[in-house]
Amino acid sequence: MDLQIALLLGQDGIVNGAIYALLALALVLVFAVTRIIFIPQGEFVAFGALTLASFQVGRVPGTLWLLVGLGVLVAVVEIGIATRNGTLRRLVSALTWNVAYPAVAAIIILLGEPGTWPLVVQVAAALALVVPLGPMVYRLVYQPLQSASVLVLLIVSVAVHLALVGLGLLFFGAEGSRTTPFSDARLDVGGVVVTGQALWVVGASAVLIVVLYVFFERSLWGKALRATAINRTGARLMGISTTQAGKLSFALAAAIGAASGILIAPITTVYYDTGFMIGLKGFVGAIVGGLASYPVAAGGAVLVGLLESYSSFWASAFKEVIVFTVIIPVLVWRSLTTRHVEEEE
Amino acid sequence: MSARSRVIVLVIALALGPLILPEFHITLLNYIGLYALVTLGLVLLTGVGGLTSFGQAAFVGVGAYTTAYLTTAEGLPGFVAWVGVSPWLTLPAAVLLTVVVAAMLGLITLRLSGHYLPLGTIAWGMSLYFLFGNLSFLGGHTGLTGIPSLNLFGMDLKDGRHFYYLIWVLVLGALWLSQNLLDSREGRAIRALKGGTVMAEAMGVDTARSKMVVFLVAAGYAALSGWLYAHLQRFVNPTPFGLHIGIEYLFMAVVGGAGNVWGALVGAGLITVLKQWLQDLLPRIFGASGNFEIIFFGLLMIFVLHRARDGLWPVVRRLFPAQAAAAGVVAAAPLPIREKPVAGTVLLDVRDAVKKFGGLTANNQMSLSVKAGEILALIGPNGAGKSTLFNLVTGVEPLTSGEVHFLGGRVDGKASREIARLGMSRTFQHVRLLATMSVLENVAIGAHLRGRQGVFAAAFHLERAEEERLLAEAARQVELVGLTEHLMDPVGSLALGQQRTVEIARALAADPSLLLLDEPAAGLRYLEKAALADLLRKLRDNGLGILLVEHDMDFVMGLADSVVVMEFGEKIAEGLPEEVQGNPDVIEAYLGGVD
Repeated sequence: MDLQIALLLGQDGIVNGAIYALLALALVLVFAVTRIIFIPQGEFVAFGALTLASFQVGRVPGTLWLLVGLGVLVAVVEIGIATRNGTLRRLVSALTWNVAYPAVAAIIILLGEPGTWPLVVQVAAALALVVPLGPMVYRLVYQPLQSASVLVLLIVSVAVHLALVGLGLLFFGAEGSRTTPFSDARLDVGGVVVTGQALWVVGASAVLIVVLYVFFERSLWGKALRATAINRTGARLMGISTTQAGKLSFALAAAIGAASGILIAPITTVYYDTGFMIGLKGFVGAIVGGLASYPVAAGGAVLVGLLESYSSFWASAFKEVIVFTVIIPVLVWRSLTTRHVEEEE
Repeated sequence: MSARSRVIVLVIALALGPLILPEFHITLLNYIGLYALVTLGLVLLTGVGGLTSFGQAAFVGVGAYTTAYLTTAEGLPGFVAWVGVSPWLTLPAAVLLTVVVAAMLGLITLRLSGHYLPLGTIAWGMSLYFLFGNLSFLGGHTGLTGIPSLNLFGMDLKDGRHFYYLIWVLVLGALWLSQNLLDSREGRAIRALKGGTVMAEAMGVDTARSKMVVFLVAAGYAALSGWLYAHLQRFVNPTPFGLHIGIEYLFMAVVGGAGNVWGALVGAGLITVLKQWLQDLLPRIFGASGNFEIIFFGLLMIFVLHRARDGLWPVVRRLFPAQAAAAGVVAAAPLPIREKPVAGTVLLDVRDAVKKFGGLTANNQMSLSVKAGEILALIGPNGAGKSTLFNLVTGVEPLTSGEVHFLGGRVDGKASREIARLGMSRTFQHVRLLATMSVLENVAIGAHLRGRQGVFAAAFHLERAEEERLLAEAARQVELVGLTEHLMDPVGSLALGQQRTVEIARALAADPSLLLLDEPAAGLRYLEKAALADLLRKLRDNGLGILLVEHDMDFVMGLADSVVVMEFGEKIAEGLPEEVQGNPDVIEAYLGGVD
């Protein structure tokens, strides 16, 4: 391997690692706030990318129908609860978000011609369709199980993952898609070509990470999420709704997932089931961080990206084996350093 | 119909199956059997032991590939080649190799808290799958072909109808062994894992070992299933050993009912049949290609976990209740008892114990000693550090400094279960019982260290004599605390005060020299308190030492021989009950100062 290839692989690794880092952050966020190990994270990546791709070929993305369908389901559940408890006034906000919003989205997309929209608008529209799916899934699937154990929540997550992958296949078919790059620029840095899209991915990831940092450090909602992560009961006593915190963390996770998908769609072909693998690699990063520390998780994810990239050069057949085996020494290290004392329930 | 006669009906139905059913159904039943074996392992692991694995399919793969490789490869070195001569020789090889792989993975992940194990299993499920697909000697993604068929008593099991009997004999055998194992001392230790390791360790259970046992048993069943699969299909490739199949196995366990061995059969049967049916039906609805049944399976799982978190087996059982088996305690020779120190011997001696949690000093220079035939009460306001001291003495938490001596030997730094073995037994302030298990079984966990029969004896029920003695001992302790009428009731159905009393019985079943009771009278009614006080006096008169943490002053003052008072982690007074009651520091600690 000469220096040029090494640099090229390094660039590849960092680009992928940036995406894994974003996903790792989302996974840590969701786990810390809700104790849910969010396996379906990857599906939001695929949904984001494929929704954008559908727009670009002038097709109506299936995620629109998923949004409408889940919205109706949430509305039915909320109406049921509201009539039973006689709290009809609270319904207004639920119906706005779950019925009116998807309806407006459907009208705009069906009447407009998304294929002719500028890229920025297409991206915004894709995010607008995919992000609300996060809180809806939380409302329908996880909220009734709030008190369940981590393991039950994990199994449910796997179930949600399967359902969403199946829906992805139904909506987008088995063929993969690529989207138009955000930029066609090609820079020559010391003999290595750096594509504009690669810079976009790394830059956007960095910006998102900073935005998240500011959100958690400075905003009231960010602090509420952190409080919930540290002590659920304590947060509730301070008037923070853990349900709202859960929905918010799912919205963030969905946004991060969809944004990651939109960022990589011009570089790699995204299939309906691509997200799972990407999500799992984000997981390896998150586990390196012990599902608790954001910076360590992000660092772990970049490491996974680099490892993947270099091992694809030396031992491409064993690329996945190597990436997933990295977790083992990390777990060994964790088992040797953490003394696990169970908490009183 | 009794449970036993149902099993007989099932066996007869299974035996008659191949004589009447068409080929297609036999094939389906064969697969249900193979899946049920793996699922059974998961029931033990997940439902009973509380450990989750998504990686069972990979273990099936290790088993299948081991036999496939050994029976088809040519030019193997002599020391392994002889194994490949017959599939019956590769069976132990396949199981052994899988168990060794599982042991290595288990050593890494089992020590970690709950969710690392499932995540770890996802990772190894992935990497083993890719490894199968990329190792050229295993045939890569095309796999290995030409695996020989099985030969049993001179009969070639090429026909699915013949193979069927082998599969189902093994499945029923595995069910029997698993049921036996659960219904034993080792089984109770495994079931105790769900109650948290602190309780199990305090009763002398080596929880790391119990976790490993159940993990290896599950891996062994998976390997057996893989071995059968390889010789049934006579061809292996990586596909059936991927992560998604591992997930499917877990679904089978959860849908069927992970708490009971029969849940494995229900889950494997239901999911396999449903999948078959959906694979026919869904393409007609959604159009040609794609495995749309996973949408349905995902939604089904969510539904089951929302509506019947314990799976379908409990629902089935509610619909067709079986006659309860007769209460299972028979008269048996009493267990040998420990030689007790004579009254007045110092049992426990805590010297200058200090415990710091970060900046908080929970215990500071605490010293106390308990003699045989004495009740020492440890009192103090909430947060004084009494429960922390309990945890230091019983080895749950390490001391920051200081020493704990028990029966003349130092025990600080020792594990809970080693201290328990020396003759110290305890109850918990927050009741730690297994709600679905009977009072008898809960108490029998306390007698864990008084039995010695292991996993194999338990699986083949060779330890019945010892088991009868353990249960008889447990029943005796339940009688002693006055709960015989609830002997067979699930503990969760008892009132909180009664549950505390069950904890005392469980501690007594260990035949301790020193009994540590953490607020035993909380939640008891007046007469129950009086009965408890009588019981403790009787135990003391028999030479037992008792260290008691309690808030009820009437209870303490009428019972204790001496009292130690703690406040802010320090000892502020010590002496006879009357002396302590008059101590101005104590009055100030409890009632506030008098200006």
